[in-house]
Amino acid sequence: MNSVMSNIFKYISKYRLYVVLSIACAAVYALLSLYIPILTGDAVDVIITKGDVDFDKIFEILLKDLLVILFAALAQWIMGVCNNKISYNVIRDLRRDAFEKIQTLPLSYIDSHAHGDIVSRIISDVDTFSDGLLLGFSQLFTGVVTILATVFFMLSISWKVGLLVIALTPLSLIAASVVAKLIYKMFRRQSEIKGRQTSYINEMIGNVRTVKAYGRESDVTKDFKEINDELTDVSTKAIFYSAITNPLTRFINSLVYASVALYGAFNVIALNITVGNLTSILMYANQYTKPFNEISSVITELQNAFACAERVFELINRKERVPEKEDAVELTNVSGNVEFKNVSFSYNKETKLIENFNINIKPGMRVAIVGPTGCGKTTVINLLMRFYDTDKGGIYVDGIDTRDITRNSLRRNFGMVLQETWLRSGTVRDNIAMGREDATEEEIIAASKAAHAHSFIKKLEKGYDTVISEDGGSLSAGQKQLICIARLFLALPPMLILDEATSSIDTRTELKIQNAFAKLMKGRTSFIVAHRLSTIKEADLILVMNKGNIVETGSDEELTQKKGFYYNLKTAVEK
Amino acid sequence: MKKLLKHLKEYKIQCLLAPLFKLLEASFELFVPLVVASIIDNGIANDDKMYILQRFGLLVLLAMVGLTSAIFAQYYSAKAAVGFAGKVRYMLFSHIQTLSFTDLDKLGTSTMVTRLTSDVNQVQTGVNLTLRLLLRSPFIVFGAMIMAFTVDVKTAWIFVIVIPVLFVIVFAVMANTLPRYNKIQKNLDIVVTKTRENLSGTRVLRAFTRQEREIYEYTEAVNELEKVQEITGKISNIMNPATFIVINVATAFVIYVGAIRVDVGDLTQGQVVALVNYMSQILVELVKLANLIITITKAIASGNRVQTVLEIENFDILNMNKEDNVLGSETGSDASNNDYAVSFENACLTYAGDLEPSLENLNFSVKEGENIGIIGGTGSGKTSVVNLIAGYYKATEGSVKVCGKDVKKYEKNELLNKVSVVLQKAVLFKGTIRDNITFGMDNVSDEDIMEACRVAQATDVVNSKKGGLDALVEEGGKNFSGGQKQRLSIARALLRKPEILILDDSSSALDNLTDAALRREINNLSYKPTLFIISQRTSSLEKCDRILVLEDGKPVGLGSHQELLSKDSGKFCDVYEEIYNSGFVSATKNA
Repeated sequence: MNSVMSNIFKYISKYRLYVVLSIACAAVYALLSLYIPILTGDAVDVIITKGDVDFDKIFEILLKDLLVILFAALAQWIMGVCNNKISYNVIRDLRRDAFEKIQTLPLSYIDSHAHGDIVSRIISDVDTFSDGLLLGFSQLFTGVVTILATVFFMLSISWKVGLLVIALTPLSLIAASVVAKLIYKMFRRQSEIKGRQTSYINEMIGNVRTVKAYGRESDVTKDFKEINDELTDVSTKAIFYSAITNPLTRFINSLVYASVALYGAFNVIALNITVGNLTSILMYANQYTKPFNEISSVITELQNAFACAERVFELINRKERVPEKEDAVELTNVSGNVEFKNVSFSYNKETKLIENFNINIKPGMRVAIVGPTGCGKTTVINLLMRFYDTDKGGIYVDGIDTRDITRNSLRRNFGMVLQETWLRSGTVRDNIAMGREDATEEEIIAASKAAHAHSFIKKLEKGYDTVISEDGGSLSAGQKQLICIARLFLALPPMLILDEATSSIDTRTELKIQNAFAKLMKGRTSFIVAHRLSTIKEADLILVMNKGNIVETGSDEELTQKKGFYYNLKTAVEK
Repeated sequence: MKKLLKHLKEYKIQCLLAPLFKLLEASFELFVPLVVASIIDNGIANDDKMYILQRFGLLVLLAMVGLTSAIFAQYYSAKAAVGFAGKVRYMLFSHIQTLSFTDLDKLGTSTMVTRLTSDVNQVQTGVNLTLRLLLRSPFIVFGAMIMAFTVDVKTAWIFVIVIPVLFVIVFAVMANTLPRYNKIQKNLDIVVTKTRENLSGTRVLRAFTRQEREIYEYTEAVNELEKVQEITGKISNIMNPATFIVINVATAFVIYVGAIRVDVGDLTQGQVVALVNYMSQILVELVKLANLIITITKAIASGNRVQTVLEIENFDILNMNKEDNVLGSETGSDASNNDYAVSFENACLTYAGDLEPSLENLNFSVKEGENIGIIGGTGSGKTSVVNLIAGYYKATEGSVKVCGKDVKKYEKNELLNKVSVVLQKAVLFKGTIRDNITFGMDNVSDEDIMEACRVAQATDVVNSKKGGLDALVEEGGKNFSGGQKQRLSIARALLRKPEILILDDSSSALDNLTDAALRREINNLSYKPTLFIISQRTSSLEKCDRILVLEDGKPVGLGSHQELLSKDSGKFCDVYEEIYNSGFVSATKNA
């Protein structure tokens, strides 16, 4: 709670001038706008009857009135400008910081958290926080000032009538809170059913092909109808009851108003107050409850905003990955010697994965990583790229512990194509140029040609300028993979990591690419994850993995003779 | 939106009653200033306490009647809006279920989900508020003006000037901000996309050391968003102070003119107070109206988006009218064709929006129980063949017959009962493993399910999960690996004992060991389904009776593995040879 508050202050303090100005203007506006009914009442008092109108006095009052109006409007305007400024800037700052955090978070965080959840923190939670907390605070402040000033003005006009108003108004608040309690349960049920419906929609619409392939449309529609009818039923009630709140409080306000009119009129007759006083108090009575209702709604909003702030700051204050060593070196002129020394690693403490693994990979070696589905082949990649750090032992490139190398320079020396292709929204060119930003058009085309991507890119609507949507959109899986390979051919790093890099490409194109890869791999240390026996056989060294662990290492020949796990895998394929 | 609103008809009565009661409530509110004026002019002026008490009673009565009308109004509008939205949501959901694969491609999942959720909700809010406020607010604004005229015509002219001025301010601000909201939305979309991409692409972006650049671009994007938001905020921020000035200055004028009128004896003190009160009633309602218009604009936009989806015509052949298929019925009765499980006659398939056909002039027939392999490069039309057999897309030319009957002539479920397809993307649904395998089939014994699992190599998947067949599957099968999902999907298809089984590259996530076992078990099935296996590798198809080789949507070879490779067989296919060699070339090099 306190840490959230101090975080909030940290973000707002940058705009403290605006905050102070906004608060000052809110107070000025509240006071001035509440002064207007008094002036109106004063004016009414000098408009008695035929021939009994004090025009000098009226001019004087109206002139004052005009000034008050202008300054009140000015204060209101400045307050709005300040609030906008604070709110949008804080939103921007939070989003930027959260985004920067994403770039430095350990991958374990990103892998283990639903991306949708992180996105909603950065987008909608930040919005809710800013709207709710900043504007809520300003509303809360204005509300409190308004209430206090109204009480003061009313009591100064007539303490008797003023007290009546103060005594009666809680009625409308009580009514509102009673209704709120009544509908709370209904709203909770509503959002529960809504959540259920949304996930049903997501599941069934997302997989509508499978639904149709098994002819289950009517079953699914029937199930949907059931949830939908339930939702309609609960929603009708929830919305109706919540819609009653307003008329109900309005009704109670009307009663207060009527009582003030009655009691005030009697007081006028008793010459305690003037008609103008009555007019002013009636005007107050009309708007007195408004700030109360606002405050009660602001408080729920504030709670909501606070919860959102907690989620946002939870992300922003997340522990970053192990910081770079101060004397971390840039890795240059890599020859490609990679050594695992006593490496132990696991994703969580309970299940052991790689234990005390040792291997020395000489420059230019081709290393194949094989094993059944889900055996943890990507773990090795995670460690090589320092997406994850080892628990014990270390990985050495050209004899330097990778933890002593800057992450960026280490990664720049690896070229990586993953099985799960990833393209960003943007042009085809942007996507390829990610491999090397300063690449010329010719280099990009040459890389595409090497990756056998040029011919299909040319056929796209706008060639290299074709905009592809997030994650590739209309491109086939094979085409996406070709673009990722073109990226690699543009970067030409000294070491390669190919994780089933050609799994979605048809065999004929694959053959051509394999040749290109073969050329590329010459003299480059390469790590290849593959199912295909032919690729594996060509490797200088094979790491056989099972259930996350490296169970055998050696060449094809050695491992075949050993008749172990690898031998079983291999013979099963050939059978 | 118009067509959508037709469905409000069901709630005709509610739609009439809701605004009507709202108006009733509003008119009672309009009487209040008059009552107060009479208290001042008659009650106070004459020291008549009885009179004041009576008027007090009148005020309470007005409030009570107002409350009653309001409750009715809220009830009817909630009923109409929620009911209408529920109906639209249901219509939309069932409509999507009937759409063809072509249209589903075009729409995309996230669009459909947004239409069903936030867009329909927006429509609901729009209808609800429209029924409640659209009539009420203008009614109070103009009602106050008319009431002012009944009090004093000369002073009331101030109202005639003020109301248009206020409208101009409100609408000028809105006209300047509404289009900017679109721009804000666009900028926000960019920010959202960038955020999402940086999560989904972390590995690649870090591998290419793009972090600094990404931060730079993101900062630009959020700065741009902030700028647009601030400008829009500045404009809309003008509205409140401006209307505040207009109304209060107008009130000052009312007091001034009122003073003159009282001085000459045409008006009383109480009436001046009434006029002042009417003026303040206008402001509140005008602000409500402005907000309402924004909500309605959004609702209409959402409604139109929903409408567009509902208007997509249905091209799914399974739902086509019978009259369209006169041609099909003639050839369908051809008895000589009945030996064939599937036969293609000059079948062509061109997807909507494409210029080139994806499959051209396919002519071949498959006997019952035959094993057919289909092979070819990316985009060669392999999946199009599946689409035609299963009736997901209709042949744009020629015909496809299943068991001697044109696919177009089948009743929907009739074809589905004969043909089971395991799609490329394996999908599991929330529920239990059993639900996912039976998937709507009733009265299936556990033995049958486990037998299907055995063939599909899924026995250990079931056994490895706590609860076996009753183990829970999370939404989207999150708690299963890709290979496990594929095996369970295959079991789902096998349980149906289909006459025709199609495996569309559906063992890609399985390791070679499992894949080989799967193929062996399918070949040993007692009921001998006609089998289509689609694959990228010749090794998966070697045992097939015949293999159809496709290239660029055209059949270029048909024969057994040996025939396609043998130059003397007359069925030699160089494309097949090339694919075959590409899988083996490196292996032979090493040997």
